[in-house]
Parts: sequence; structure tokens; C-alpha cells
Amino acid sequence: MSEPTLEFENLKLAYMVRGTAREVLRGVSFAIQPGEAYGLVGESGCGKSTAAYAAIRSLPRNARVLSGAVRLAGRDVLSLKKNELRDLRANTVSMVYQDPSQALNPTIRVGPQLIESFTVMGVDKHEALKRSKAILHKVQIADPDVVMDRFPHQLSGGMQQRVVIAMALACDPKLLILDEPTTGLDVTVEAEVLDLIRNIRTEYGTSVLFISHNLSVVRSICDKVGVLYAGKLVEEGSAQNVFEHAVHPYTIGLLKCLPTHGLRKDAQRLSTIPGFLPSLGADLPTCVFVERCSFADETCRTVVPQWRSLGTSSVRCHHAEKVAGSPGENEIAGVPVEINRKIKPILELVNVSKSFHQGGQSFKAVQDVSLSLYAGETLGLVGESGSGKTTLAHTLLGLHAADAGGKILCDGKELLPGRRRRTLEQIRAIQIVFQNPDSALNRRRSVRKIITRTLKHLARVAPEEIDSRLRSVIAAVRLTDGHLDMRPGQLSGGLKQRVAIARAYAGQPRVMVCDEPTSSLDVSVQAAILNLLADMQRESNTSYLFISHDLRVVRYLSDRIAVLYLGRIMEVGPAERVFDGPHHPYTEALLSAVTSTTSTTTSRIKLEGEIPSSMSPPSGCVFHTRCPRRLDGDICSTVEPPLTTTPDGGVMRCHIPFEKLGGRV
Amino acid sequence: MNSETKPIAKTPSQEMRSQLLKSKTFLLGNLGVAFWAICAIAPGLIVNRDPAEQNLIKKWTHPFTDGFVLGTDRSGRDVLSRAIYGAREIMFIAPAATILGVVVGVMLGLVMGYLGRVVDDILSRIIEALISLPVILVALLALTVLDAGRATIIGVIGFLFAPLIARTVRAAVLAERNLDYVRCAELSGENSLYVMFVEILPNIFGPIIVEFTVRLGYAVFTMAGLSFIGFGTQPGSPDWGRTIFDERTSLLSNVWWPSIIPAIALASLVVSINLIADAIQGVVDK
Repeated sequence: MSEPTLEFENLKLAYMVRGTAREVLRGVSFAIQPGEAYGLVGESGCGKSTAAYAAIRSLPRNARVLSGAVRLAGRDVLSLKKNELRDLRANTVSMVYQDPSQALNPTIRVGPQLIESFTVMGVDKHEALKRSKAILHKVQIADPDVVMDRFPHQLSGGMQQRVVIAMALACDPKLLILDEPTTGLDVTVEAEVLDLIRNIRTEYGTSVLFISHNLSVVRSICDKVGVLYAGKLVEEGSAQNVFEHAVHPYTIGLLKCLPTHGLRKDAQRLSTIPGFLPSLGADLPTCVFVERCSFADETCRTVVPQWRSLGTSSVRCHHAEKVAGSPGENEIAGVPVEINRKIKPILELVNVSKSFHQGGQSFKAVQDVSLSLYAGETLGLVGESGSGKTTLAHTLLGLHAADAGGKILCDGKELLPGRRRRTLEQIRAIQIVFQNPDSALNRRRSVRKIITRTLKHLARVAPEEIDSRLRSVIAAVRLTDGHLDMRPGQLSGGLKQRVAIARAYAGQPRVMVCDEPTSSLDVSVQAAILNLLADMQRESNTSYLFISHDLRVVRYLSDRIAVLYLGRIMEVGPAERVFDGPHHPYTEALLSAVTSTTSTTTSRIKLEGEIPSSMSPPSGCVFHTRCPRRLDGDICSTVEPPLTTTPDGGVMRCHIPFEKLGGRV
Repeated sequence: MNSETKPIAKTPSQEMRSQLLKSKTFLLGNLGVAFWAICAIAPGLIVNRDPAEQNLIKKWTHPFTDGFVLGTDRSGRDVLSRAIYGAREIMFIAPAATILGVVVGVMLGLVMGYLGRVVDDILSRIIEALISLPVILVALLALTVLDAGRATIIGVIGFLFAPLIARTVRAAVLAERNLDYVRCAELSGENSLYVMFVEILPNIFGPIIVEFTVRLGYAVFTMAGLSFIGFGTQPGSPDWGRTIFDERTSLLSNVWWPSIIPAIALASLVVSINLIADAIQGVVDK
């Protein structure tokens, strides 16, 4: 076999924190062959990014290599001199980071930035310009001249990431390191970027180190996968094998946490991985996963598991055979809930619009949205970023005032636009759980203070009852008394989100808006939070307006789904119908962009172009500019389709008759 | 299930405290300020000569002669005693003025940053106008028109510092205002005063403390400057600014100590305060 492009040899690496070494990588070994794509997966804090940075020796100042070696294209990265290292980074390896808007210099036009990546290799200006244009064509940018003349902020996230990838390809690298390259992008854009990476691999034959917490993305890109846990690889093998016949309990746990295709809350609870990731540098002399493993026994606590081959995968587990042989353990069935839609809905939105003014222009972020929400029901709200999901939620909450002409009814009573004009009772009726608990909790306050204040001020609980209510709320979100006196900064992400949920629930709201409540969490934590939300809904009969860009999560929790595009409702219907069809062409495209851990991507519906600006929405059907099912003739571009009622009681905005719309094949 | 109730990290304020206590600049600065604070509160503990006691026969005695460690001035007064007693006025007026400026500035900044819109526009323009006025000129004008006592000096310095502090606080509030906990408080039906003073204020203590220490240094300077040109202190007072003014002519006769010693005293106080400010800034910015 030829020499591997990148090779880690038992790398041990620590960060110095106040004089003590905290081990982050506890002996990582793997190799990437030329032309191979290697995926490194694991939850946050397990050392994925540290491994990537170690490959190009771009480590923080407090990092110390304890032992081991990293070889890139045959050279020992860790012992190179400064100028050799610079040479290696310029010519042999390239890196693409998570956030393209931070990877590009905001004050320099795209052209000069791109040209620079050629001139550093000694190419002359004229030639560099020519090559820049060529490489932009390679990353499927149709009009390089226009793009090169723009500033980064004038490009969409997907375009920015293409430019970054183009810059990375400039030196024709032997190894391309991608650190969460699609996290933070919309599913449709993510799918495009993944296509691009796949094309590059076939065309250039570049080796790829792909780092992601998103298992299905890794599945769709990589040949080989390594599962990292607490700084140690616990399983390695071909992508297909690892995902289809996972052997290590951790890998199995991760895969099971995901709401897989079609899974619903009333059918099955999501599995979780109990416990927490060990803290950085914790003393882990034996199997690193032992504390969270249901198979662990005395051997696991005393003997370090060595690599063992099982089929085509290797795994570090004493009980691999037993794990593989055990049936799908304890899948807990969900509890079906009957939702009565014959009574009046809790919440009704009638023709709600919201416009913003910017630079003398006004535009509608949300236009004529009518929705209803029944007791105990979850309404999923989906759409790309910029579709007005969050604006709609904030308008509903009264964080900004809705335009005149629409109506928001809660329990049959009209809510005035803007929270300042609502009564305390009305404010209390609709609460929110935000995406990022770090931002949603006041970091100077203890958990006790945060919740007590809401109980006292919003829920108007009598002083003598506050203590018992506090305890019941805390117990409902599965926190303990020990958490009460902690500040948010002392809690992990999942626990913080539980506190945020407890706060929202403290006022006993009728409607809860969940704005991407699990997007900033790891999958195992996400599963626990989704279970919690489902349980609490069943016990309190609260209605949820659930916003998420992750369609599988939406499907798991939602009873009905509303699809938003450019602030307009495209369709509303029962979750099964919206997902399985017949569905709106936009929904169809969104769904086809979703990657899966169970299969590699087949053909996918591509959305052409960018989401149009709401400043100047397209004429006729707003989706016609990107619609793959646009009708012949000009009806789509001239006449806005009306919202028609579907047989299942939903609505649909499309000129194509309902029966002829696409469904899942 | 979530039985792990051990905190995973220190709270931000605990973390800041432990970092500050390890910082050498912070300790050194505090040592300097503490020394001058003791001088201001109990100068008798450090020197036993009366700073006002004149002895014209012994005028301009060199340092380390006749028991005068730092020599005497043009009236034969002990330079060391005067330097120590000179801390009294400044160590009272400068902090008082700074506290006044911070209190007013924080309130203004919170209102501007949180309420925004028209309130912010109007207050911002007023503040910009105030900032453009030269400090010493306004102070001179106020001290000439009003009674030139301590209260006026404190009021003038505080009034001139408040807009600067307000701007810093406003910027800090703008960053906080976009965080979701503010939304959460609003959706709990809290009124603006509660959101500003109970929710947001504790989160911007860091920049406020930095601003306080930096302004304290400036206040010491401003106060010394005013007394140098003859305002705020009585003739013959051991105040540093005034002493430097009174004794500056003797520099021409090669008698440096009566003016340079109080200048060094003044500098040591300002440097100490700035060391503290630097250390705190470093910790807050992290």
C-alpha cells in the first residue's frame, strides 16, 4: 500500500490549564490513504477539532504534545521548522472552517482574497487571476467576475463557503481538512456544498479529513469513519459498516439518539445516552466510555480495551460480540395522544403580517399568515433561514408589534400587538424556549432565582407556595435540588436548556414557542430534551409552536406542519402527509436535501439559485423562481396561487392540483 | 438521572477574583493606593511633623539634613509631612467625584442603551455636546461662578465624567440587550426599570469597574490640575497640585525637592490606580 496522506500515531495532546495538563487526545491513531475521505465524528468536547488542528500544527499556545507523531505526506508535522511548516501549509494541506463569514476578510473583495491564495505560491498576478476564475467555475460559481467583485457580506452563506473551498483548492492540496463545513447552513445549501465536496473528490482525488457532529452528513461523504470519544478512537471502519452495523456501545447510542426517518413521538421515545462526557483531562485509566455504558462490567473498569477486528470494523470494546448480538435494547414506546380539533383552537392567527423598514424601504417579513393551534398539539414550522419563522414567533409573542389588519386570538380573546399592551395574563399564556440557553439565561443569577422570579412575578404564586412550586417545576424538567444554587455557567448545555424550559413552564403557559430548542445541543442531549418536551406536553396539555431547521426533529415532535417561504404559508397539513406527500414542491425540495445515516444520498431535487430577498419578492407565486415543478406557460410567474383547502383539512398554495403533487417514492 | 450536581466551572465572578489575586500589577497597584489611603485617613501614623509648621531659618534644608528626610520648602516646612498630608484632599475628592460620575453615567447609559430610539438619539446628542467642552474651562467657569468649595469640585468633575461613562455603559448595554434573557424578562411582564437595573446591570459590572478605575486616575489629575491653578484648595494647604505651583520657582535656584516630591507622590498615586485599571481590564476582556 502506498504511503498514507495523513497519519496520526498514538498522539497524546494536552492543554495546560492553570499549570496542570488536561489531556484532550489520549492516544489517537488513524491513517488517511491518498484519495480517501475520512470522517471523524463524536460529540462536542471529544477532541475532533483539536485533532484537525494538530494535523497542521495550528494549536493554541497552551497545547502540549505529550507523545506520538503526526505525519502529513510523509513529513513529521510536529518537528518541522517554522518555514518548512509554512511551506507545508501553503502547498500540501488546506483547511475549511465552520463559519465562512469569519474565514473571509470582510473588508477585502472576494477577488483579491482569492488571487492572494495563488500569489503566495509564487504565481504571477495575471496567471493568478486566470486561475482564480477557473477555480470559481470548479466550485460551481456561474459568474466568477461578478462574485470576485463583491465583498464577502454581499454573498450568501452557501456562496461564501464555496469561495472558501475554492481558496482551499488553490494549492491543489493533498489533504483537505473540513471542520464542520455545513453546520449553520440551511439544508438546501448544505446539500449543495456536500455535492460540491463530492465532485471535488472525484475530480482532484484529494484526501479529505471531514469533521462533523452530524452523523448523516459524514455518512454521505466519507469512505471511512472514526468515532472519537473523550479523546480516544473507540470504533473505526468503512462508513457503511460503522453506520449500518455499529459495534461500539457509544456509536450505537449516538445513532439511536437520532430521530430516524418517520419516527414519531407517540410511537417511540428516543433513546439517550445516560450520564455526561467526562470533563477535559479527567482521569480515565480504563475504557473511556465505562461510566455511560450499559454493558460495562468489572473487566471494563480494570483492563484497557485494545483494538479488535470485527468484520471490517475495528472496535475498542471488551464486549463487542455481546453488544452486536443484543437486540435493539429497551425501545420504549411513546404514548399516543388524541388531539381534539373539534373544539375551538387555543391560538388563532388570522392574516398576520409583519413589515420592517430599512433604509427608507419597507418589506414584509411575514405576510398574511393564518394558522391555528389546538390544545396539546404541536405545530411544526419549517423553512429555510430568512423564511420568517422566527419573525412570526416573535410577532406572536408580542416582541414586536404585528401590522394592523391581522388578528391574533388566544382562547378566543384578541391579543393586542406588542407585549406592552397585553395584560400579564396574556403575556403568561404564550412563552418561549430559545435556541441558545447561554443567551436565554441571565448568567449572574442562580437557577433558583431565575425560576422563583418567574413564579412570583409572572405566575403570581403566593409566597408560601413558591417553594413547593419551584420544586415541582425543577422535578418536571428532571433537575435536582442540587442544581438550584448553581449559575448557568456551571451547568452543561443540556442542563441549561432544561432550566430554560423550566422557566418557560413556570408560568403555566397555554402555548409554548420552541425556537430551535435543540440546535445548539449534541445529539444525545437533543434526544433527552425532545423526550422531555414530549412528556411535559402530554402532562400539561400545552400547545407547541416548534421551529427547527432539522426536519427529522420537526417530524418527530409535530402533529401538524406549516411550511413557510419568504414569509408566506406554502402549505399546512398533518405531519405524515406533509412529509410523505402529496406535498408542495418547496417541501419536496427541502425533504430531498436531508441526508440520512441509513443510506447514502440518491438523486436529489436541486433548488436553483438563492432565496430571493423579501425586499423585492418575485411576482406571482413567490417560489416560481426556484420551483422544480414550475408549470409551462406563465401562470406561475404572474398569478399568485390562492391557499386551497386540502382533503385532510390543511391548506396548499400551488397551481398544481393537489392529487398531482409529488410524494415520497 | 442527572445526578451529577458538581459544578463544572466556577462562576464568572469567582473566576475573575481568583485571576485578579494572581495578577502582580493588581497587587502592586493596590499597595500604592492603600498606602495613600492610609496617608489620607491617618497621616499622623506615618509622620509626626506638622505640615504647616514654619521655620524660616531652616528654609530649603537639603534632604537627609537636620532630621528632615526630604528637606524643607521656602517657608522651612517639612516636605515629607506635606507630601503625606497632601493626599487628604485628593483622596477624598477624586473618589467622591468619580462615584458621582459613575452613578449618573450608569443610569444614563442604561436608559440610552435599553430604551434606544428617540431617547437614545436625544441623550446621545446632548452627551456629544458635553464631551466636546474642555474640562478645565468648564471647571474654571463653574468654580468662578459658584462657591469654590469641595462640593462644587466634586460636582463639576462628576458632571464632566458622567457623559464619558454613559457612552461606555451604553455600548455594554447594547451588547446585552440582544441576549435572549432580556427577551425572557420582557416576556415575564417585567417593566423596563427592572430589566435595566436588576437583569442587565449585574452583567455589565465588569466594564463599569474598569471605567471607574480609569476615571479615578483622571479625576486625581483633574483635581491636581485645578488646585495647581489655584482652585479648590486654600493657600498654604499641603495639597500636591497647590504645592507644586507654590514651589515651582525654587527649581530655578536648584532646589528641586519641594516641588518634585509632591509631583512624584501624585504620579505614584495615578500610576497605582492605572495599574489596577489595567489588571481589571485584562481580566474583564478575557
